[in-house]
Amino acid sequence: MKLREVAAILEAAFISGEEQGDMEIVSVCASDLMSDVLAFGAPRVLLLTGLTNVQSIMTADVADVAAVAYVRGKRPENGTVELAKQKGIPVLACDLAMFEACGRMFEGGLLPGSSVEESQ
Amino acid sequence: MSGERDIVLREQFSVAGRDFGRAGTVSTTIKSMLKQIGFPPDVIRRVAIATYEAEMNVVVYADRATVTFEVTPAEIVVTLEDQGRGIADIEEAMREGFSTATDEIREMGFGAGMGLPNIKKNSDDLKVTSEVGVGTTVRIKVLAHQ
Ligand SMILES: Nc1ncnc2c1ncn2[C@@H]1O[C@H](COP(=O)(O)OP(=O)(O)OP(=O)(O)O)[C@@H](O)[C@H]1O
Ligand SMILES: [Mg+2]
Repeated sequence: MKLREVAAILEAAFISGEEQGDMEIVSVCASDLMSDVLAFGAPRVLLLTGLTNVQSIMTADVADVAAVAYVRGKRPENGTVELAKQKGIPVLACDLAMFEACGRMFEGGLLPGSSVEESQ
Repeated sequence: MSGERDIVLREQFSVAGRDFGRAGTVSTTIKSMLKQIGFPPDVIRRVAIATYEAEMNVVVYADRATVTFEVTPAEIVVTLEDQGRGIADIEEAMREGFSTATDEIREMGFGAGMGLPNIKKNSDDLKVTSEVGVGTTVRIKVLAHQ
């Protein structure tokens, strides 16, 4: 699924990286814990998180996460978007709760990390 | 074993405890350096993840650390030597889910107790030594050819 379709399904706005809307997303990691993200071993990942600090982007960069979407109407803290731009990681923000955001992504055909790893 | 003469790159960095603004920058610098050298993506990813978890542990739990990054044709070794409270029971600290993180740290997205297990998973050899009240040394080795 393309990132811009992800944005439409989540009713999310691009905070940065809209020009990368054609990027292909295959799986989703949903967590507010950075070690979970680092342990998630799938490619083409969208990170769904309620954590909006600089570390959310730093972690995404280290874990090779393709794009980040903030849930629950949270907006990124100071410096976060600048870092995301520098790292080339698009950032979305939506008002959905984590549960609903995950449900919509699952329904849309995105995969949990485990099944992506298995199918490779 | 590779000898001293095989070292193609050796760099040192410092990490400051509690400096959340710069936390992770040593790991991302090391990641870019490995990319430039041309290591396979999987090797780079493992070094980056292991180093980042260890760097965050310094930021969260220690006062300061020196990070030594060494590259030979056969392996990448990252050693983080910190000054700080140290770890009383390393076996317990290595256990999945064990964490002494405060609520403040959890709100920042850390404290799952998965850092050291993640480091172990992503390294080919891991050595953790510590002295309570003095500091902790974490030595991460990743082989260049998996
Ligand atoms: N450098 C260190 N100095 C002192 N204590 C440490 C250090 N690194 C780890 N610890 C101790 O070991 C525990 C486990 O560390 P680990 O990295 O596995 O989990 P965490 O940091 O608590 O959570 P996470 O890494 O998942 O965010 C820590 O909670 C802390 O008590
Ligand atoms: Mg940790």
